[in-house]
Amino acid sequence: MTKRKTPMLDELEKGKWPSFISDMKQEAEAREKTSVDLQTPKECVDDLLGLLELTYVDKVVHWKHGGIVGVFGYGGGVIGRYCDRPDEFPGVRDFHTMRVNQPSSKFYSTEYLRQICELWERRGSGLTNMHGSTGDIILLGTTTPQLEEVFWELTDNLDQDLGGSGSNLRTPSCCIGKARCEFACYDTQAICTDFTMEYQDELHRPAFPYKFKFKFDGCPNGCVASIARSDMSIIGTWRDDIRIDQEAVKAYVGGELKPNGGAHSGRDWGAFDIQKEVVDLCPTGCMGWDGSKLNIDNKECTRCMHCINVMPRALRIGEDTGASILFGAKAPILEGAQMSTLTVPFMKIEEPYEELKDLVEKVWDYWSEEGKNRERLGELMQREGFQKFLEVCELDADPRMIQEPRSNPYIFWKEEDVEGGWDRDIKAFRKKHQK
Amino acid sequence: MGYDPKDPLKDRITDIGPKDYKEFLPSVIKENYGKWLYHEILEPGVLMHVSETGAKVYTVRVGGCRLMSVTHIREICEISDKHCDGYLRFTTRNNVEFMVDDEAKLKPLMDDLEGREFAGGSKKFPRGGTGAGLTNIVHTQGWIHCHTPAIDASGVVKAVMDELYDDFQDMRFPAQVRISLACCLNMCGAVHCSDIAILGIHRMPPMLDHEHLDNMCEIPLAIAACPTGAIKPATVNGKKSVAVKNEKCMFCGNCYTMCPSMPLADEEGSGVALLVGGKISNRISQPKFSKVVVPFIPNEPPRWPSTVEAIKKILYAYVDDAKKYERLGDWAERIGWERFFEKTELPFTGHLIDDYRFAYTTWRQSTQFKF
Ligand code: HEM
Ligand code: HEM
Ligand code: SF4
Ligand code: SF4
Ligand code: SF4
Ligand code: SF4
Repeated sequence: MTKRKTPMLDELEKGKWPSFISDMKQEAEAREKTSVDLQTPKECVDDLLGLLELTYVDKVVHWKHGGIVGVFGYGGGVIGRYCDRPDEFPGVRDFHTMRVNQPSSKFYSTEYLRQICELWERRGSGLTNMHGSTGDIILLGTTTPQLEEVFWELTDNLDQDLGGSGSNLRTPSCCIGKARCEFACYDTQAICTDFTMEYQDELHRPAFPYKFKFKFDGCPNGCVASIARSDMSIIGTWRDDIRIDQEAVKAYVGGELKPNGGAHSGRDWGAFDIQKEVVDLCPTGCMGWDGSKLNIDNKECTRCMHCINVMPRALRIGEDTGASILFGAKAPILEGAQMSTLTVPFMKIEEPYEELKDLVEKVWDYWSEEGKNRERLGELMQREGFQKFLEVCELDADPRMIQEPRSNPYIFWKEEDVEGGWDRDIKAFRKKHQK
Repeated sequence: MGYDPKDPLKDRITDIGPKDYKEFLPSVIKENYGKWLYHEILEPGVLMHVSETGAKVYTVRVGGCRLMSVTHIREICEISDKHCDGYLRFTTRNNVEFMVDDEAKLKPLMDDLEGREFAGGSKKFPRGGTGAGLTNIVHTQGWIHCHTPAIDASGVVKAVMDELYDDFQDMRFPAQVRISLACCLNMCGAVHCSDIAILGIHRMPPMLDHEHLDNMCEIPLAIAACPTGAIKPATVNGKKSVAVKNEKCMFCGNCYTMCPSMPLADEEGSGVALLVGGKISNRISQPKFSKVVVPFIPNEPPRWPSTVEAIKKILYAYVDDAKKYERLGDWAERIGWERFFEKTELPFTGHLIDDYRFAYTTWRQSTQFKF
């Protein structure tokens, strides 16, 4: 039983979807009964439920900004939070979260998770987010004195560091990749861990104009949404031919294999029609089916993944794999939403990733130098132009980088673009042209 | 042993990064890393991946709440120890995946998961979230922890998922549908490329607590925080304070982040907007942004019925009308937005016409439209 009545929240215990309220209540009860030597208020979950019930009645949030709290030497990883009714809910007077850097693609051993649980039950609220939207494990709510204690135990006992927040590198994240996906064009988990380790300083100590995110998608399906959510999106691709197993294609056509790996099996869409469902939907029209053989004009293919997604046992990504590198995505605030812009059409992604790290450092130097306070990389690119960005990256312009050429002729020519420069002689001009 | 507040730097370890993911891979995953040939969805929520070595891994995907207690995580661990050799994984959309290396282990695992319920009666581990159907909603903190939310997050998600529960466990949609929620314009969840995005918005400029503002805030920081330059210094009743040019306010809450004397959340002013038609994947069509189709729905805790209703209208109009493989945004573009509003029965109002930066290209510069 919880301390207070929570009639509004109780409504959220109904229905079949897992109820976070039921879960919070079970935690509140567990804290009531536990023999663990709790270092945080025993009633914090109860008080959080009470505070949330009050918020449901008031329809206005009861948290204040947390001010600057953190662990010594780090500029991120902790989000401060105070409630505005400590009189009634002292258990959540200060209720800061800590971001714990998740392992690449979020596999865990139960041994490790139990250690986290033990620590967070004792020194926190016993509530977590598995996971926050950037990917970190979020340990939700503890008191100010516990921050250093938790950090010490995490690093010394669990061999585990905090993630990033604030104007620094945010915790990088990746899709499941080669661990369990046949579409992975490079090892997303390996590079995600490598980059996280390489840039620990940037992750923990704010030195940037604003936040910066890397996200690693193994293929153009984009399961970690890097093209929309990261300043630098690394998206797997290939530059040779899609591998075709013509026998398997026939098996799909003949109905022996389930198209889409069975993803559409909840409805009767009729028999699989390769012409209609694959060839005609290919966005570049580069496929042909003559009744016995599937043809792909690979030079015209834009690797959208559709045909491969439909017939994974017949079609496989190419063998000369790597990634496309895009820059500049951000959520709408402030100049409007932006997706990342294709900057390097193809790069091999192999340890030790030197070419990519070189590029990262060029971009960071530029942004640190020219970016205004709280200006995302994508906004700087917009402000100073993509041509400038290419100069920074030391890359040549390429039509692959654009949707279409400009439709206005207001080109900012530079003096060196024009034969003979801009120095001219007005006297020579006047010899030919009267005033 | 332990942290010593008197000597905070003793034994201090920093910059060690995350745990090595390799320690956490189940053996069938480790042995077949990079060798996967293809996968199949055996039934909703159950995947089979086949390796070139002939090995198979069976995955049971279950929905989870992002907000999770250690008691619940321990239960997940117990299940994993019993069936999966003590390994498991979380997906980016808050699902939990239990993996086994033998088909014979699948049924006992599924039965075990199926039977577990919370005291209130809800399922602990609903199986689903695969293929051309609905998966879990990614979301932000809401009233549980943030200071600028216009709406709750977990509660709205629960209300929506309860209503769409059957489609989490089915694969009858034309293509996959991704729903996301962010509780204010900052959009921590970056919901702007989702098939359906639930977004918390404020509609009232900040209140000004002139009495305490100078004490509680660094006025220059509050002024600098405003993206539209709406805040100016002012003196009110002899006290240093600020003035806000209300017509310039975009209701973002950045000022409140810097200055607690400028609260803007409001019982009537704050609520839900719905955006639709975004996508991330490059499949067939290019990635695209979601568009605002419902400018405002009032906050209706505890179960947000009007929001749930509007989402159902949009979703089922799409499911009934779209062609196979068509994502929600592709469908809307094919039939035209005028048809979209007709089929979803949503009212079209002036608020849905862009008047922010770069708006002009979102207006129609053509005579091609449908009656
Ligand atoms: C200007 C834009 C943004 C601002 C001002 C902002 C601010 C905040 C604040 C104040 C919190 C604290 C919530 C709490 O109390 O726990 C938070 C949490 C968080 N934000 Fe943001 N945010 C912004 C955009 C984003 C974006 C675009 C992403 C990711 C794509 C993101 C990822 C996160 C994550 C992972 C958390 C932790 C909790 C969660 O997952 O919801 N933020 N943000
Ligand atoms: C047509 C487009 C897509 C196809 C065919 C596709 C295919 C796949 C496949 C095969 C996997 C399995 C990897 C595995 O778990 O074994 C996967 C995982 C996943 N996909 Fe997609 N995907 C598509 C688009 C998306 C999009 C647009 C999103 C999100 C916005 C997404 C989110 C996920 C998530 C969360 C996972 C779980 C893996 C993880 O957490 O990294 N997918 N997808
Ligand atoms: S992004 Fe591609 S490689 Fe990565 S999990 Fe998704 S489908 Fe697989
Ligand atoms: S990947 Fe896309 S563009 Fe390439 S052949 Fe297949 S459907 Fe066509
Ligand atoms: S979306 Fe807004 S209210 Fe929600 S967690 Fe992020 S900053 Fe806070
Ligand atoms: S809510 Fe945003 S736009 Fe409005 S005054 Fe505050 S900072 Fe400026």
